[in-house]
Amino acid sequence: MKYFMRDLSLRYKIPLRVLLLASLTAILVTASILFRVYDETRNDLLRHAQSMGRVLANTLVGPLTHDDAWRAFEIINSPFQSEEADRSELAETILVLDGKGQVYVSTRPAQFPMLSDPVRLDPEFAAIREATAGRDGRNPVVRAQPGSNRLFVGIPIISDGARLGTLIMTYTKGPFIPRFIGIAQRAALMTLLALAVLLPIAWYWGNRMAGPLVRLAGCMDQIGPQVPEGLRCDLFESNDEIGRAGASFKRMLKELREKARLEQQIMATERLAAIGRLSAGIAHEINNPLGGMLNAINTFKRHGSDDPLTLKTLSLLERGLGQIKDTVAALLIEARVESRHALSRRDIEDTRTLVAAEAASKGIELAWDNHVTADLPLPSTLVRQILLNLLLNAIRAAEKQVECQVYRDSRSLTLAVRNDGIHIPDEDMPYLFEPFSRLSRNGHGLGLWITYQITRQLNGGILVESDPGQTRFAVTLPLPEEPCMT
Amino acid sequence: MTKRFEMAIFPLSRRRFCTALALCGLAPRALAGEPAPLRLGLTPVFLDDQSRFLEAWRLYLTERLQRPVVFVQRGSYREIVELLAQDQLEAAWLCGFPFVKNERRLRLLAVPLFQGRPLYRSYLIVPAGDTRTETLLDLRGKVFAYSDPDSNSGFLYTQHALSQIGERSDRFFARTFFAWAHRKVVEAVAVELAQGGAVDGYVWETLKRFYPQVTAKTRVLEQSPEFGFPPFAARASLPEADFAALRQVLIAMGGDAEGKALLAQLNLDGFVPGERGLFDGIGRMARQVEKQP
Repeated sequence: MKYFMRDLSLRYKIPLRVLLLASLTAILVTASILFRVYDETRNDLLRHAQSMGRVLANTLVGPLTHDDAWRAFEIINSPFQSEEADRSELAETILVLDGKGQVYVSTRPAQFPMLSDPVRLDPEFAAIREATAGRDGRNPVVRAQPGSNRLFVGIPIISDGARLGTLIMTYTKGPFIPRFIGIAQRAALMTLLALAVLLPIAWYWGNRMAGPLVRLAGCMDQIGPQVPEGLRCDLFESNDEIGRAGASFKRMLKELREKARLEQQIMATERLAAIGRLSAGIAHEINNPLGGMLNAINTFKRHGSDDPLTLKTLSLLERGLGQIKDTVAALLIEARVESRHALSRRDIEDTRTLVAAEAASKGIELAWDNHVTADLPLPSTLVRQILLNLLLNAIRAAEKQVECQVYRDSRSLTLAVRNDGIHIPDEDMPYLFEPFSRLSRNGHGLGLWITYQITRQLNGGILVESDPGQTRFAVTLPLPEEPCMT
Repeated sequence: MTKRFEMAIFPLSRRRFCTALALCGLAPRALAGEPAPLRLGLTPVFLDDQSRFLEAWRLYLTERLQRPVVFVQRGSYREIVELLAQDQLEAAWLCGFPFVKNERRLRLLAVPLFQGRPLYRSYLIVPAGDTRTETLLDLRGKVFAYSDPDSNSGFLYTQHALSQIGERSDRFFARTFFAWAHRKVVEAVAVELAQGGAVDGYVWETLKRFYPQVTAKTRVLEQSPEFGFPPFAARASLPEADFAALRQVLIAMGGDAEGKALLAQLNLDGFVPGERGLFDGIGRMARQVEKQP
């Protein structure tokens, strides 16, 4: 139960607490009313008892003086005669004690016979008899025994200063009880009515209060080790604590996504770097013996036998080794600036000429937009290599059109190539630039790797955007401050 | 001006006004010479607290006597006897005991017939819940209720019974009190205010007939021998004509329907002139009790 209450949604907790509070208030109010009613009833009773007691005590003087027991009995019995009397204000028993404290007459003669000792019959009478014994005044004495449900009212019967006896009336608190039950029942009914009115209000209010929190909690629950891509949080916007928590959460969510994206990028970059280092190492290790082998074949061809079979074999070997060399060279991209001349408009236009035939053969429209006018301090061979790779990939992937844009701003040159072919799924993006990429459907799968390596060496960046019907590769190369010297 | 205006409203001279007054209110009796009302004293020897019955009986007597009848009721027998002695009453329904005591000043008028005879008994009653008490002797040290110190059945008989065994009421009982009416003795015993009581057998039987719920709470322990029924007694000085008229009306009650209906309510059968000898027993007892130390 404890855990149940603890784990209960605020949606229910708030209305329940409202109801609890309302019930508690009702109970407290009822209790205070009951307490007051008890007090008033008791006071009413005592007032009534005292006034009746005074009348009876005065009336009893005659019969006691004349020792007329029957008359005394008739007098004390008279309140019990009226039929429609309010029984709750009626004494339970009325006793007249004589001067010796014995019963003179009582309204219950069978229980308290004449001449009997009332205290021996009912010890609760001891206190009131004691209390009235020494009194000379006519004022009533009230005693309530602790733990007893009876009240005792004692009045001395005095004639001309002489004490004739004592009138004792006992009242039970019994008649209070139906009155209390009535009040309590009415209060319970009113409480139920109030609760019936409060319940929908509390429900609405609880939902109003708990709603934003519940939504916030629901959003937060969806965040595991990764931020789901499709997470949409419809949070309340306000300046109170919940609104602020929502805003903070949104900010946090944005930062988390940014962080995840960066992490992914860094991982991809690092992987590519690791692959680059590995392949470069392997390439170097292959290149050295390869160079030796090619030299040896060369030397043999120049000075060796003319045996045609040998020559044919050597030629085969040379071709194979040459192929290995090409492949290794492709892996081992180094931005050695072979061509020292800067990039000119002409270089870019040459690339267009190179791919135009390929595009035409595939029936693909090549849109060309070259904004380079002046020479740029970038290695022209490498830039052309990049552009060529991008264009060839685009033509291969395109459906109808390839669009090429080359433009610069004050600090960088951008080569952007767009095609309208099948787009690259998101999950493939991290592996796009890996060598021998399985994504390359035709070709050796080194094109983008080479592009990436060159770009990296030139401190540039590659942006790939692929949506259905449109894939765009944009390589941005920073322009050195001074003309490229290396 | 003012005087003349008053004259206009009361256009009667003083003399004419007096005449008118006499004609309106006072004249009829004076003119008809109607006799003074006959004053009858009543005591609780019967159920004298039934006002409606008493009014019916009074009207009946008034009509039969051709003379206004007034009932006079007092709290004790003694007061009625005193009124009789002072000629304040013409006659009274008394107990046999005060009749015997004041015989010289009284004249036996009529004796009611109860169960066909001018006799009744005294009952010794105890609460119905008390099944252990068997005789008067078992009530030693108890609280006892008497009707009236001048009652035969409600006092004298018990005194006599105690004297027979050498006891006296004040020693024998722990406490005694007078309820001043037989009916109230029955009530006192019924609520167990008294553990025993002496009561007129006729009253007890009548209560049993009309209010059985009260007598059901009591049990008759002993019945006395028969005594003369509480009689109607006239003051000795009552004129013979009045005496004869009243006796005649009482005795005739059993003869007409209206009278019978009234008698039925009294639980009586009629009235007879009665004889002095009926009350000899009571006189004897009274003398014996008086002799007791």
